[in-house]
Parts: sequence; structure tokens; C-alpha cells
Amino acid sequence: MGIVSPGFQGRPRTAEPALPPGQYLTEDFPVLSAGPTPRVPLDTWEFVLTTETGAEYRWSWDELMGLPQETPHVDIHCVTRWSKLGTDWQGVSLDTLLDGVDTTARYALAHSYGGYTTNLPLDDLRGGRAWVVHTYEGGPLPAEHGGPARLLVPHLYFWKSAKWVRGVRLFVDDQPGFWETAGYHDYGDPWREQRYQGD
Amino acid sequence: MAAPTTGARMVAPLTWRVARLVERRVETPSAQTLVLDVPGWPGHEPGQHLDIRLTAADGYQAARSYSLAGPAEGERIAVTVQRVPDGEVSPYLTDTYAEGDPVEVRGPVGGWFVWRTDETAPVLLVAGGSGVVPLMAMVRARRAAGSRAPFRLIYSVRTPDDVIYADELRRRTREDQGLDVAYVYTRAAPEGWRGEPHRIGLADVNTHGWPPDLEPLCYVCGPTGFVETVADLLVGLGHPTRRVKTERFGPTG
Ligand SMILES: Cc1cc2nc3c(=O)[nH]c(=O)nc-3n(C[C@H](O)[C@H](O)[C@H](O)COP(=O)(O)OP(=O)(O)OC[C@H]3O[C@@H](n4cnc5c(N)ncnc54)[C@H](O)[C@@H]3O)c2cc1C
Repeated sequence: MGIVSPGFQGRPRTAEPALPPGQYLTEDFPVLSAGPTPRVPLDTWEFVLTTETGAEYRWSWDELMGLPQETPHVDIHCVTRWSKLGTDWQGVSLDTLLDGVDTTARYALAHSYGGYTTNLPLDDLRGGRAWVVHTYEGGPLPAEHGGPARLLVPHLYFWKSAKWVRGVRLFVDDQPGFWETAGYHDYGDPWREQRYQGD
Repeated sequence: MAAPTTGARMVAPLTWRVARLVERRVETPSAQTLVLDVPGWPGHEPGQHLDIRLTAADGYQAARSYSLAGPAEGERIAVTVQRVPDGEVSPYLTDTYAEGDPVEVRGPVGGWFVWRTDETAPVLLVAGGSGVVPLMAMVRARRAAGSRAPFRLIYSVRTPDDVIYADELRRRTREDQGLDVAYVYTRAAPEGWRGEPHRIGLADVNTHGWPPDLEPLCYVCGPTGFVETVADLLVGLGHPTRRVKTERFGPTG
């Protein structure tokens, strides 16, 4: 327990659903990003997967839409401490995109239109735990939330779910991304409160 | 496209430190500056923030982020808190937190939304409400470092009574050469102000900002909707997205 601040009681607490430590529930969908919102036209949009040997696998918007679609219903947790329960998305599983990709890489760096990057172990993109999503709550994903398409990796803090995703590069070694270089945790497990470097 | 780079990697774990209130300054009817004494504070750059954590007697904890309002003076730091009426943390800090009482803080955090005092490019600061706090830290750091980087601040507030740091901003625009401040009032304007109260728009940013060919660094901070609007306007005016840095304070501010 921390140092008690005299007179602080906190909000009246009822039986809340289980949230990761330090998180509070929100009904809104707040926005956190480092710069202006990129606007990416669908006819030039593409998703590129690049392996550690430089081999490239590309999908246009229409090709992505032609792949098997999944509809994850998941909780999301932002490092700024809001959590949102039961969000609904539609998109393509990374398992589908990685199927047939020849790689022994262990790390992935997602990159975005606008220059943002974030790193994850490749295993965290596998096993039905990560998607490229284009639909949120039944409608096209709004640009301020990362549309036309973003990564969705709900078991990690939400900055790992790169908005305006443009591709994923695979690496043998871990390469820190944008927020990770700015002091945020390399992995970002909300249940272990991995917010900043060294947590 | 390359990732934006942000200098050295921070590797030391950020520890929670005990901070005690040494002084409280009322800035507006709803905003106060808290001066905290934090033994061991490592220093910070203008634009960075810290997390403040409160613990109740039963062990319950709540933490929120607050921007550092100016350069540290030794182990003394300042934050400015806008009271959110139904909030959990901000009303405690503005109404209950007393001199000498402890809170825990952790920081500094953030290596992107910062202005470094050796930068010479013109700077445009655009603040909405309490979004002025990290931008004021930049204005104060500029002054403290004797920087001559040309600075312009556009500050959007509801009414003249809501201007945080009003006296200091008046004084600094007189004394700090190369600093201009323009206000946008959204609900009620002071007498003699030209125009009707309105939300910030293209004309405000165009008139009081820098043209893109001067390659200014732009910092935008405030509530989410405000930041979205202003960042879009700047990009629309031709500022490269990499030179428009934003910090969103969530739905409040
Ligand atoms: C990097 C950063 C720097 C900041 N700097 C400052 C600063 O210098 N000064 C300052 O006054 N504030 C600052 N803030 C905002 C601050 O962290 C708190 O959000 C604010 O003080 C409200 O906290 P609270 O506990 O009083 O209200 P809460 O209990 O969090 O909420 C109050 C009301 O607003 C809603 N709400 C508030 N925040 C959120 C959110 N993030 N998501 C969803 N709903 C929300 C709640 O639903 C509720 O209705 C900063 C935020 C960030 C992320």
C-alpha cells in the first residue's frame, strides 16, 4: 500500500468488474496520439508484411476485405488508465496474414501512416490474439481511432494496437518503437501494470 | 517512413516518490497551482508530465497525469490542476489536499511532447483550457534559458476569468522579447476584444500562427476535440505532420 493522502476516499466503489490494476472504466472512447490524425484514402491504402529477409507480402484494401473476417468482442486498456469493456470490431486475424509467411523472426514492429511505430513479440500477434480491424461497433473505424484500419492487440496496453496501421516488419532482435523509445514499457501487459520502462 | 526519434532511451525504472504540498496558488475560480516538494526529483524538460497517485486509508488508489508547469527549482516542482466537478482526483487536489500532506508522484514522463531550449526554430503553441500548462512550461523554460526562439501562443478559453497565468502572461509579453500571446474566447470576450466569442478556427490559427515556410514547431494541447480541430487546421495550412506535436487531456480540460 502507498502513502495515505489524508482525506482521500476515492469514488464510491461498488462491485466493479475485474479491471487491470490502476485502470478505471469509461463509456467514452478517448483519443491518445502524438500528432495530427492521418487521413488515408482507401484506393492507395495497403498493408505490407516484411520478413527479416526483406520478403514482402502486400494486401490492398479490397484484398484485405476478401480475406476471412473475424469479429472480436474484447476489453481494451489504455496506459492513460481508462479501460473500456466489451468493444466490438471486425477485421482479419494476424494468423490469417501470417499464414504461409516464411519466417523465423521473434519480434514485430508495427508501423503506421504518419510514422508511428510500436514493437511486440511476434508470438503476441499469433494464436487468435491480434487483428487488423477496419470496423468498430458496426461502422467504419473513424480516423481519430485509427481508421481506415488499425492493429487490435487487446491483451496489451492500447498503444500497441497501432492506429492507421500500414504494415508489420519482422525482426530477429527487438526494436523499440515510438512510445517505447520515449520511456514506455517494451511489452505493456496491463495486468502486470507495465506502463513505463523498468516496470 | 522512419519512426520519429526521441533521443536517449530511458532505462531507469520510474519510482514513486513522496511529494508534499508547500504552496497553493489560486489561478482562476477552478484552477490552482500546487507547488510540491519532491526529494530526489531528477529534473525534467518542458512539456513532460508526471503521475500523481492518491491512496485512501483502506488502500484504494487512484492516479492521474498532470503536466509540469515550469522548470524545477531544485526539488520543487509545480503542477496546475483544473477542477473537474465530478472528478475523483482533481477535486481532492484543489479542495482537500493540505500543506504538508503527502501524495505520491512518478516522473518525469513523456519524451515527445517536449521543447528543448537549444531549438531556434519559431514555435507555435496552441492551448485549450488547462492545456496551457505544458505550453507555459515551455514559455518559462525559454525565459529561464535566455532563448530567443520566436514564440507565439494562441490560448482558447471560455471567458477572461478562465485565463490561467493571466498576470504572468501579461508581464511576459511585455518583458520577454519575441513572445506574442493571442486569446480566443469561446463564451464571453472581454470589453475591447475584436470579434464575437467563437471556437478556434482557421482564421485564428492563420492570423496568430506562423506560416509553414518558416518551418515552425507546433505544440497543441487541450481537450481531445480541441486538439483534433487545431491539428487538422495546421496540417490543412501546410504544416508537415511531423512538426505538429499534440497532447490530449481526455474529455476534460
Ligand atoms: C498527459 C496528460 C497531462 C495532463 N495534464 C493536466 C494538467 O496539467 N492539468 C489538468 O488539470 N489536467 C491534466 N490532465 C488531465 C488529468 O489527468 C485528469 O484527467 C483530470 O484532472 C480529471 O481527473 P479526475 O480524477 O478529477 O476526473 P475523473 O474522475 O477522471 O473524471 C471526471 C469526469 O470526466 C470523465 N473523464 C475524465 N477523464 C477521462 C478520461 N481520460 N477518459 C474518459 N473519461 C474521462 C469521467 O468520466 C468523469 O465524468 C492531463 C492528462 C494527461 C493524459
